[in-house]
Amino acid sequence: MIITHPILGPRDSSEFVYLGDATLLDRPDWQADDALHQFTRYQHSRDNPAGLHRELWFHEQGDRSWLVVTRDTVTHEIMQVEFASDMARKERS
Amino acid sequence: MRYSGFRVIKEALTGHRGWGPAWRDPEPQPRYDYIIIGGGGHGLATAYYLAKHFKQSRIAVLEKGWIGGGNVGRNTTIVRSNYMLDGNEPFYEFSLKLWEGLEQDLNYNAMMSQRGVINLMHSDAQRDAYVRRGNAMILNGADAELLDQKQVVAKYPFLNVKNARFPVMGGLLQARAGTARHDAVAWGFARAADQCGIDIIQNCEVTGFKIENGKVQGVETSRGFIGTKKVGVCVAGSSSRVMAQAGMRLPIESHVLQAFVTEGLKPVLPGVITFGAGHFYCSQSDKGGLVFGGNIDGYNSYASRGNLPVVEDVIEEAIAMFPMLGRARLLRMWGGIVDMSMDGSPIIDKTSVDGLYFNGGWCYGGFKATPASGFCYAHLLATDTPHETATGYRLNRFETGHMIDEKGVGAQPNLH
Ligand SMILES: Cc1cc2nc3c(=O)[nH]c(=O)nc-3n(C[C@H](O)[C@H](O)[C@H](O)COP(=O)(O)OP(=O)(O)OC[C@H]3O[C@@H](n4cnc5c(N)ncnc54)[C@H](O)[C@@H]3O)c2cc1C
Repeated sequence: MIITHPILGPRDSSEFVYLGDATLLDRPDWQADDALHQFTRYQHSRDNPAGLHRELWFHEQGDRSWLVVTRDTVTHEIMQVEFASDMARKERS
Repeated sequence: MRYSGFRVIKEALTGHRGWGPAWRDPEPQPRYDYIIIGGGGHGLATAYYLAKHFKQSRIAVLEKGWIGGGNVGRNTTIVRSNYMLDGNEPFYEFSLKLWEGLEQDLNYNAMMSQRGVINLMHSDAQRDAYVRRGNAMILNGADAELLDQKQVVAKYPFLNVKNARFPVMGGLLQARAGTARHDAVAWGFARAADQCGIDIIQNCEVTGFKIENGKVQGVETSRGFIGTKKVGVCVAGSSSRVMAQAGMRLPIESHVLQAFVTEGLKPVLPGVITFGAGHFYCSQSDKGGLVFGGNIDGYNSYASRGNLPVVEDVIEEAIAMFPMLGRARLLRMWGGIVDMSMDGSPIIDKTSVDGLYFNGGWCYGGFKATPASGFCYAHLLATDTPHETATGYRLNRFETGHMIDEKGVGAQPNLH
């Protein structure tokens, strides 16, 4: 698989480390009443779809940025690559 | 028909015209007492033990493709019980004991071969870890033996034991472990299940559940609605997709695992051997091909094929271990979708829906579990209580903190 990095261009996926579903960016509120339950789900439950999947890749052997990659898990085709930091900033504003 | 040596001679003399199909191809009935979804090794074994051991009837196995087309026909055939943790080892040892009597029980040659599995060790720390695991195995009634370098070399003289970075210091041997012919296991269970009156319905995909007031009423399939009060889901890599139809999210990710086989060679590998400094395992099939594999690719996938970085990694490990392998030609490679759980251990449990049961999360190691998984799942379906060796395989263990994490890497499925 080739991941087209927003700045560095097309890079081989073996330069990256995979973390998993990008919902990991949405950490639950640790002060919520049901925080324990929320964190259990956050840590362990996954949609695991066959089809489009938004996922976190870390460019360990490159610029060490976290990326959100939208990829089809059935064909391995990559549709979109964004910086995780950009996404987090967008969500905050 | 019973298979026997006498039968083989008789058929040989009469032109092999009497064998007949090994199982029927029935039309689905409108209702069953039990529906098992997934005609892999585990689903077929579950149905068989439900009928044979737990004396239940009116059972159907629904398979979306053909039986044996999933992971049961794609794995590297290694059967062993060399686990360490209490939640796992009694279960896998129960499985190995079932394997030892399986062919007589099923009246089918599954080519079970107890040729021994050696895990090589390459450092002092690894030797300590293997001693600990070997002791845990022995405490649970399994067999384990620590070999020094000389004993390993006596069995595998061509190993590169003097590798500067990963010298082979010895190995942990389980002599009762070995290999079995993977698809023959599916066929053997299918034939034996069919003889117990179980309907094996192929080309029948489950597309939804009918659930009323928290109770299962039946399943929607590509061949129409089928009613039942008890459904056992057993679909390995498709676990999340099928359980999503009942509105459930699982502690599972689907990943691709690749396997490789070389052209047929003369006998060279007497048993199964694994590289301890990475993840590589190899055995020789009865046809002569070296069958081997390594790690999962490491990203969510439903593609049944992997990518080249893992191919390179696996081949590098192979050559580091046996330099002579560089002369062999690769014949085939393929991938299977494995159900990686969050702690690397499986689930055999009830769900929040009455009458809906779940079996999955087998990761890359469920072939060896086939008989025990079937037996324990049948136990749960028939009695609504877990079998004594499967009490740890609860769906809610992630909430209660009772994870069974052999590797100790946490909720990171691609590292298990
Ligand atoms: C390359 C590879 C190597 C492996 N090596 C080993 C090994 O050496 N040792 C070991 O112990 N384990 C190994 N495994 C793991 C082992 O093969 C699996 O854990 C085990 O086979 C899974 O159980 P199963 O046989 O029931 O799965 P499967 O054979 O995959 O059965 C599941 C079935 O469910 C069906 N299904 C899916 N969705 C539906 C639906 N909606 N309706 C109806 N049917 C459906 C599928 O078509 C499939 O036939 C390996 C796996 C792979 C991929």
